[in-house]
Amino acid sequence: MRIRFKLDGQDVEVDVKHTDTLLKVLKDRIGVGSVHFGCGEGSCGACMVLINGRLRYSCLTLAGYVDGKEVTTVAALARDGELTEIQRAFLENDAAQCGYCTPGMILTAKVLLEKNPSPSDEELFDALAGNLCRCTGYIPIINAIKSVSRR
Amino acid sequence: MAKLRGRGIAAICYPTGMNLGGDPSQTVIVARPDGTFVVNVASVELGQGLRTVLSQIAAEAIGASVEDVEVRFGDTQLAPHDTGTFASRTTHRMGNAIVKAGQEIRQILLDIASKILEVSPQDLEIKNGKIWVKGVPDKSITVREVASQAQFVYNTPVVGKGHYVKPKSIVDPDTGESDPHSTMAHGCVVADVEVDTETGQVTVLQLFTVYEVGRAINPKLVEGQIIGGAVMGLGAALRETVYPRYPQITHQTKSFREYVLPTAGDIPKIIYKIVESPTPTGPYGAKGVGEMVANGIAPAIVNAVYDAIGVQITELPITPEKVLKAIREKSQSVNEHRV
Ligand code: FES
Ligand code: FES
Repeated sequence: MRIRFKLDGQDVEVDVKHTDTLLKVLKDRIGVGSVHFGCGEGSCGACMVLINGRLRYSCLTLAGYVDGKEVTTVAALARDGELTEIQRAFLENDAAQCGYCTPGMILTAKVLLEKNPSPSDEELFDALAGNLCRCTGYIPIINAIKSVSRR
Repeated sequence: MAKLRGRGIAAICYPTGMNLGGDPSQTVIVARPDGTFVVNVASVELGQGLRTVLSQIAAEAIGASVEDVEVRFGDTQLAPHDTGTFASRTTHRMGNAIVKAGQEIRQILLDIASKILEVSPQDLEIKNGKIWVKGVPDKSITVREVASQAQFVYNTPVVGKGHYVKPKSIVDPDTGESDPHSTMAHGCVVADVEVDTETGQVTVLQLFTVYEVGRAINPKLVEGQIIGGAVMGLGAALRETVYPRYPQITHQTKSFREYVLPTAGDIPKIIYKIVESPTPTGPYGAKGVGEMVANGIAPAIVNAVYDAIGVQITELPITPEKVLKAIREKSQSVNEHRV
């Protein structure tokens, strides 16, 4: 079937199978670099995107579901090469090593801080519970998010 | 039923790289026509920061400014042989190769600069992208300019090659003595835990770690390794396992649902300190850091659990099941004693 959706503000049209996941279509068909395959079953958060502004695992979303919707990846956050505050905070806090988890971490942080600009530690840990990182030990990521939260 | 606290200690000596004469690293550094440098290595950037550290080492060895050095990694068709990116070896092994290659380039640059500035090469200093006449800082030229003129005016390619291998050390048959490793890094971990004797749950309250790393070429990156390694060690201690594989191999751990990594909320307070004691065998004294920082954590936690409940768990991970069993066996043996 043919689906149409907005990807980072651009109109896209693509033929997909009913069983294709959004992750597969973004990564293998459209060539989006910032969505990563970590587990394919909603355990790691490496594949996260926003669908109509809501945080979603693209590996658990059928591509057909985004027909007519807006899909946002981490690549759309920076404007004209200007990083957003949270992206700069990740840089300043050395919150990425291999970078595999980073797009999901940044999108999670963005959504959290929009809803709750001054999260408690518990709220922060809850929000990050679906994002695995094998490299950083989380502390730099937590520090980055705390550095831009209002507390 | 209680919550028991314990403290455990583990110390670690960790050799850098493999040490039987079969662990070479080689590199070629080339100046581009614009006078910037490309360091070609077959090592791989995994996020550990190799690109940054190796460009720092190259810049220092050449005398170039670090912005003018690019490390090209991971392409075995474009770079000479490297044994691989493992065994905490790249900073030390490839770093040493880069120092040699950089020194060859430095010599070429000084020779060319001596022609341009009309002084002998011994009278020149080179550092941070600048070459100048000793004692006359105004009489200077940039490294980029020299590297560029070498190619366009003096018909000299600016290429340096470097190689490092720890030679195999033969054991003295009489004394049993040998020189088995290129260098040893050291560390110590203290873990504070709380064990819930009702649920068997082990909670790590805090980790104190100290590591002797030779020289921290980039302290921020060393810190990244230390914290990341600590959390990896924590996962190994308490949760991560590919077993059980019974009754058949098809029952092995297949996903993150069974192979449980720590997440953001599981991280204890981690206090660390870096100690520097430069090794004569390392590039500017550096030793390998990558693995050692994960390895001491689980032993310290095991010892802390022992301190708390009086039983040594001998198989990782320390699951609640094992803790409860250990506590029960201990109380049974105590009771048998009483009988
Ligand atoms: S790939 Fe989607 S959560 Fe792991
Ligand atoms: S930076 Fe490598 S997984 Fe997070």
